[in-house]
Amino acid sequence: MESTALLQKVTAGMAFRGTPASLLSSSSASSHVARIKLGSRSVIRVSRLSGLTVKATHLNAYGFGTMPHNSTALKTVNKAVAVKTETGSTATAQQGHELLLFEALREGLEEEMERDPTVCVIGEDVGHYGGSYKVTKGMAEKFGDLRLLDTPIAENSFTGMAIGAAMTGLRPIVEGMNMGFLLLAFNQIANNCGMLHYTSGGQFTIPIVIRGPGGVGKQLGAEHSQRLESYFQSVPGLQMVACSTPYNAKGLMKAAIRSENPVILFEHVLLYNLKERIPDEEYVLCLEEAELVRPGQDITILTYSRMRHHVLQAVKTLVSKGYDPEVIDIRSLKPFDLFAIGNSVKKTHKVLIVEECMRTGGIGASLRAAIMENFFDELDAPIGCLSSQDVPTPYAGPLEDLTVVQPPQIVFAVEQLCKH
Amino acid sequence: MAISMALSSISSSVSSSTSVGNPRRRALHLKTQRPRTVFLGSKVECGIRGVQHTDLSRNATFHSAKATLSELLRENTTSTSDLLLMHDEGLELYEDMILARSFEDMCAQMYYRGKMFGFVHLYNGQEAVSTGFIKSLRKDDFVCSTYRDHVHALSKGVPARQVMSELFGKATGCCRGQGGSMHMFSKEHQVLGGFAFIGEGIPVATGAAFATKYRREVLKDDKADAVTVAFFGDGTCNNGQFFECLNMAALWKLPIIFVVENNLWAIGMSHYRATSIPEIWTKGPAFGMPGVHVDGMDVLKVREVANEAIARARRGDGPTLVECETYRFRGHSLADPDELRKPDEKAHYAARDPIMSLKTYLIENNLASEGDLKAIEKKIDEIVEDSVEFAEASPLPERSQLLENVFADPKGFGIGPDGRYRCEEPGFTAGTAQV
Repeated sequence: MESTALLQKVTAGMAFRGTPASLLSSSSASSHVARIKLGSRSVIRVSRLSGLTVKATHLNAYGFGTMPHNSTALKTVNKAVAVKTETGSTATAQQGHELLLFEALREGLEEEMERDPTVCVIGEDVGHYGGSYKVTKGMAEKFGDLRLLDTPIAENSFTGMAIGAAMTGLRPIVEGMNMGFLLLAFNQIANNCGMLHYTSGGQFTIPIVIRGPGGVGKQLGAEHSQRLESYFQSVPGLQMVACSTPYNAKGLMKAAIRSENPVILFEHVLLYNLKERIPDEEYVLCLEEAELVRPGQDITILTYSRMRHHVLQAVKTLVSKGYDPEVIDIRSLKPFDLFAIGNSVKKTHKVLIVEECMRTGGIGASLRAAIMENFFDELDAPIGCLSSQDVPTPYAGPLEDLTVVQPPQIVFAVEQLCKH
Repeated sequence: MAISMALSSISSSVSSSTSVGNPRRRALHLKTQRPRTVFLGSKVECGIRGVQHTDLSRNATFHSAKATLSELLRENTTSTSDLLLMHDEGLELYEDMILARSFEDMCAQMYYRGKMFGFVHLYNGQEAVSTGFIKSLRKDDFVCSTYRDHVHALSKGVPARQVMSELFGKATGCCRGQGGSMHMFSKEHQVLGGFAFIGEGIPVATGAAFATKYRREVLKDDKADAVTVAFFGDGTCNNGQFFECLNMAALWKLPIIFVVENNLWAIGMSHYRATSIPEIWTKGPAFGMPGVHVDGMDVLKVREVANEAIARARRGDGPTLVECETYRFRGHSLADPDELRKPDEKAHYAARDPIMSLKTYLIENNLASEGDLKAIEKKIDEIVEDSVEFAEASPLPERSQLLENVFADPKGFGIGPDGRYRCEEPGFTAGTAQV
């Protein structure tokens, strides 16, 4: 890109006037004045020179360029999902056991159900069918039909039923066959689940876990590709976590079940077959903490769920280009772990949020506000946010790929932000 | 008694017939213009006389047709001593209804004097339903209600002081002033709320009943036989949650009683303008549970039905749907001008005031004297006065209370920029809840 090349030349110390003409594109009639921030806040103005025209790429409101539409270098990557994860927080390769993410969820669930007989699962096809994504496979034979309760198709009512059961001493886990179905349970989740502890003056606790697969899958159509985290984040009294690897899936499942608060655990349809080696010994993760995936110096990338894997894919490219991004999987969508995030921002001074939520009113929007509020002085650049397009997810493959953030977009955004 | 004798034999067959081909089940399914029902296990199939489905302009004729069933039941009893009350029972019922009426009247006074605010829904006229059911419950049984919940809480045993304080929004209220009129909760007395949206409480009640069944069958607790009673109105019976919960309760034979307080009006919407089949009790058999209609202005009849339904649930035979024909003497809430209801309808039900009916019954059957009843009224007056004084004198909630009960585990507020949990910061609960 023109401006990048220009920047490199400038920083290499060459005088602007003496810049070879080959660096500059020709023919554009308009002039463009841009302020480019470099590292330690020095500013170089690139302005129109006599006789020469500099064509800068369009700068959007965040100070970095938009993607040129017909660049051949920027193809969407369709398969950047079910890859082996590289995380910093798993056990060593020699110990532990390997399993897939849905098996990790099941392991966590089984351990908690064995530990506490009041833990039960309520949902459609969780019992005899074993769960639509096999998370509860084989468990009904082991624990019985009442502990893995197959419900009729009545999300609002069986979620309310789980809330009533939680108020009277059980610890139910509600499975939405697809997270999108829980839109039908919005009444119970917003009014009762989040609020009853408060309106009862603290008399009743609702230690419920609501979980299910969400996110954009493989051409599942608009209604099966929803991201509900943005809708539920405003409900007071709820905690929300998103798992992204077998390791954190099991740990978060156990933590959510043990928590006295109502917790929504967001899983992703495309991550269920992720394989990882996890520890043999029992472990429970902290619901409120974020996970440092890759330490770095140049920029903080905040992400969660499937986008973590797209980010890691992009990181490979970025590393080869000489960048050193720090990747944090925020895990806790509500509340945010401002300590981990803040420490990172204080180190890198630049933030990029990569999420699968829609742009409007998503988790990224809240996170940006929180970072701006708490760490404004640490920032060298506006906070970047890559979110899904505000569009009902189309069925057609190419269109669907365009609605979610792909690794090349992440690479580009990092490059733009790192110019500050 | 003629009725209860046949109960156990029939109730088991009603609950066990789940296959469509079962002839008894077909008999229960409503197809003809003369619906039949089986009252909670009696062998008598009661044909309802004079009920027409086509007449949209409902009037007193319809009411008298429905009242026919109640009279039918009375005719079936051998004598009035079948509804016998011991002296103490009668006084207990009377006291509970007087408490309800006086408390609600005092609420109206306090509201118009500016002591309580918002939406207040009073229960005047419906006392027989609350007293008839709740006074037959144990302390560990659950009650789940709607926004018209003051009296359910009082009948269940929540002290009048706590309810009045809650209405005044004071820190000594049963919900620390955080719930208000429409959200009465009591863990001690197993009152599960208090819900503002209609229908919302029915699944919660179903969940409490599920928990009882779970305790019994999974946790192997033989003593787990707590019954749940869910109260809701006629308007709610057109809501999806009602039907979904009827289905689940019957499917799993949950120990729950669905009590419809059919006062014929949902704010300004007449039940007959909103409902294709106004006989709500007929919807019970459609889901495989007995549907019973009872005169909700007569506490003794309600109590009779309640005792049978509670016993049925407690022995594990499953849910019952009870429709109580009742009436609210005041508007929907204190803000309702109540202009749509006709004076003759109001007069008809005023003549059937449950408190007057019980008083007459007690005196005529020498179960109590005028003096006894006057003493009760005086006692209740004092209790209600005392509750107002207590509420007046109680403090308003402190600012520090603002965030205390948002989370059961306050770690849910998250980790702040300094690395500590936000809830560990001093004075946090008085601040703003930043995420």
